[in-house]
Amino acid sequence: MSAIELDPTVVGPVPATRRWRGVPGLRGTGVAGHLSALVLAIAGVVAVFGQWLAPHDPDLTNLSYAFVGPIEGHPLGFDSQGRDLLSRILAGARSSLLGPTAVVTLAMIVGTFLAVATAWKGGRFDRWVSAGLDVLFAFPAIVLAIIVSVIVEPSLMSATIALSIAYTPYIARVLRSAALRERARDYIAALEVQGLRAWIICVRHLGRNLLPLIVAQGAVLFGYAMVDLAAISFLGLGVRPPQADWGVMVSTGQSGVLQGYPLESLSAGVCIIAVVIAVNILGERLTERANSVTR
Amino acid sequence: MSDAFLELQQVTVRLPISGELRTVLHDVSFRIAPGEAVGLVGESGSGKSMTARAVARLLPPGAESSGTVLFAGNDVAALKGAALRAFRAEVAVVFQDPRAHINPVRTIGDFMTEALRTNHDVSRADAAAKAVSLLAEVGIADGQRRLEQHPHELSGGLLQRVMIATALLTEPKLLLADEPTTALDVTTQSDVMAILDELRRERGMSMLFITHDLELAGAVCDRTAVMYAGQLVEERTSSALHDDPLHPYTAGLVGARPRIDGDVVRLSAIPGRPRSAFEAPAGCAFNDRCVHVVDDCVASRPALEPLDGGSVRCHRAVELRGRLQEGAAHG
Amino acid sequence: MADEPLLDVVALRKEFGAHVAVDDVSFQIAEGGSLAIVGESGSGKTTIAKMITGLLAPTSGTIRACGHDRSRPAKGAAERRRRGGEVQIVFQDPYSSLDPRQSGAAAIDEVLALHRGGSADERRDRVAELGALVGLDDRQLHALPRALSGGQRQRVAIARALAAEPRLLILDESVAALDVSIQAQVLNLLADVRAETGISYLLISHDLAVVRQITDDVIVMRNGQVVERGATREVLDAPQHEYTQLLRASVPAPGWTPTRRA
Repeated sequence: MSAIELDPTVVGPVPATRRWRGVPGLRGTGVAGHLSALVLAIAGVVAVFGQWLAPHDPDLTNLSYAFVGPIEGHPLGFDSQGRDLLSRILAGARSSLLGPTAVVTLAMIVGTFLAVATAWKGGRFDRWVSAGLDVLFAFPAIVLAIIVSVIVEPSLMSATIALSIAYTPYIARVLRSAALRERARDYIAALEVQGLRAWIICVRHLGRNLLPLIVAQGAVLFGYAMVDLAAISFLGLGVRPPQADWGVMVSTGQSGVLQGYPLESLSAGVCIIAVVIAVNILGERLTERANSVTR
Repeated sequence: MSDAFLELQQVTVRLPISGELRTVLHDVSFRIAPGEAVGLVGESGSGKSMTARAVARLLPPGAESSGTVLFAGNDVAALKGAALRAFRAEVAVVFQDPRAHINPVRTIGDFMTEALRTNHDVSRADAAAKAVSLLAEVGIADGQRRLEQHPHELSGGLLQRVMIATALLTEPKLLLADEPTTALDVTTQSDVMAILDELRRERGMSMLFITHDLELAGAVCDRTAVMYAGQLVEERTSSALHDDPLHPYTAGLVGARPRIDGDVVRLSAIPGRPRSAFEAPAGCAFNDRCVHVVDDCVASRPALEPLDGGSVRCHRAVELRGRLQEGAAHG
Repeated sequence: MADEPLLDVVALRKEFGAHVAVDDVSFQIAEGGSLAIVGESGSGKTTIAKMITGLLAPTSGTIRACGHDRSRPAKGAAERRRRGGEVQIVFQDPYSSLDPRQSGAAAIDEVLALHRGGSADERRDRVAELGALVGLDDRQLHALPRALSGGQRQRVAIARALAAEPRLLILDESVAALDVSIQAQVLNLLADVRAETGISYLLISHDLAVVRQITDDVIVMRNGQVVERGATREVLDAPQHEYTQLLRASVPAPGWTPTRRA
């Protein structure tokens, strides 16, 4: 049946007059989008200034305070080593956020490039690269982390590189199928016939139309990266104790959980969950908004 | 009982679009006699497909409708249980895109005989035999082999013939054909239309034939109704409609179509674009595109009035009678 | 070479594996001419359009347009751009032929910047000129495709193709997806553009009435081969080949009745 063709100039959403429509850049993402952005903004500020915001030295141990609960001046209490938990949360924000951000950025850049290149070129190039990615895809992130840490000293850097390599095939796969769909559309053919250079078409048109999907995938991966990095750190292949890191705190706090002192794991876990949820909601809202432009 | 077999009385349908209920069909009334074929012609948004859906009780979720659809004297909206199943068997639908209405992983045989076996207690063998004989009637000789095949093994034209044969399996009395040949090549269209026309006449079926092609409707329908913005604007015998249109929009449609013979002349294009019912201006829905518009047309919505053996929805119909085809004629 | 045709296609052939989509097809279009390739699905007509525009490489045969060979893929950006300035195409589906995130004005401007350069102001004036030529106002030009109807999108696609100032415009079923009343507007527009600019058309179509409306000559194709060619009026009024006769007899017109082939 023939669809009812709407005249968007007539049908489009009626703008509410004089209603606050949100922060520029976040318009149309709703209350949840704004709250998520606020959470991420706070997390970002803490990541940059956390060291200086910390009321106490995050690495100062005082075993006489081990597992002491919240007291005045120490609202979250102390960990098993008697270190101030609030200070460790604030100081740990940097590596906790920097790691996943770097993983997502690296995997996105390489994955998107491979996806667009294989979709554009097709043929043998596509087959070889896709086969290579499939092989890489078979390695669990942890195994890759071990391999990388054999080559370079275990650190946040090595864990980041390992995870980026592990995530790249996933990104490349998801985006390649989307890129192939976009590649087959007539507007790409029209641009080719115009004589535009391939890389310009890929960046200016194909890539731009993939952007909502890239953002959505990045948001999902950010959550995974945070959890995976914590796991890698737990194995001693990432961030090394005693450096403060949320992921490390969740794992080292486990002994406390068993002894009835859950605050270390709990507070770090809440921070991770809050950031992951905020990233996902904002990513989803931004994707929805981007898609509404074209539908 | 009157001579109407299918009768629509002031059917209005509103659909949730962009979060609001919007009118897509407005006050549609017409009747089809037993054995009669009526064409419903219109452009995008005219409501022609929605009319067929209203008849078949296939309106999208969230739709609100008013008015009455009478089938063989019964109110279709009130049918339940066995009566509804009987109605479904007596009213068959053929859609534009056969591939969208057939399960790609099941065989043609499964698809064709499912309704017979589940709703009418016909044995598998009997249903298959009946399917083969109907396939023969639509010009598919090797029916037995086709029943084993999957949809992707058949061309679009062949698949549409399968759909027609399937529609006829329950021996319906009314066929709703929604652009059944639009996706097909012209030679295949001619073939499929001939089959449809022949089988319909043989069986004395009524047909509501929905199309954007005035000429195609004219070729297989006794009467043709033209829809614009969710309303019926004109309804006459097919030949009268084409040769002597009474509504400026009908005349516009005739004049907009390039001709296959004669001299090439500039097309008399209707300005603007087709509107849906909820986008249409107040007064006559066509007033913003009509070259004959006067103050009355903006002030009030014309009613569908009988004229010259049909009916037309235009304030100036009587005054313009006989003058419209000049605008529509080519050279 | 004063007499060289604008487009010269000789013995064109395209194979997809074992399937021969286009088989020994030759035709020419003179400067300012208008030719239709008529056929049903699978006739190879769209494959020919893709080979002329360079979206597909021929298996054999030659294509010359505007005095330059284009049988092989373009070498380098300059040649690709030159070809873009010679032959342009308007596709069938106005919903997929525009970048959903680019307004008509931006799309046209991109083409102008590629082919003609000039300052931003000069290009803006030219965008407005092209918009006026195809009947789009300023608001429509600056709207995203989502906000335009099918007919308006097709006008944008035509303006974008014309921005390169090609000498040949390929219309690949360009009006087939449009409503009758909109189709008439676009057909009139195409006739006006040709009268105004002297551009040549290669129309790919299954619709004989549309073919009659805007072309002078026609070739009829079936299964990759040319079965009949001639002046459009003569071929449609007195088709010689039985397939052309079948095509002609299948067009619904007043007094027409459908016929069964089998």
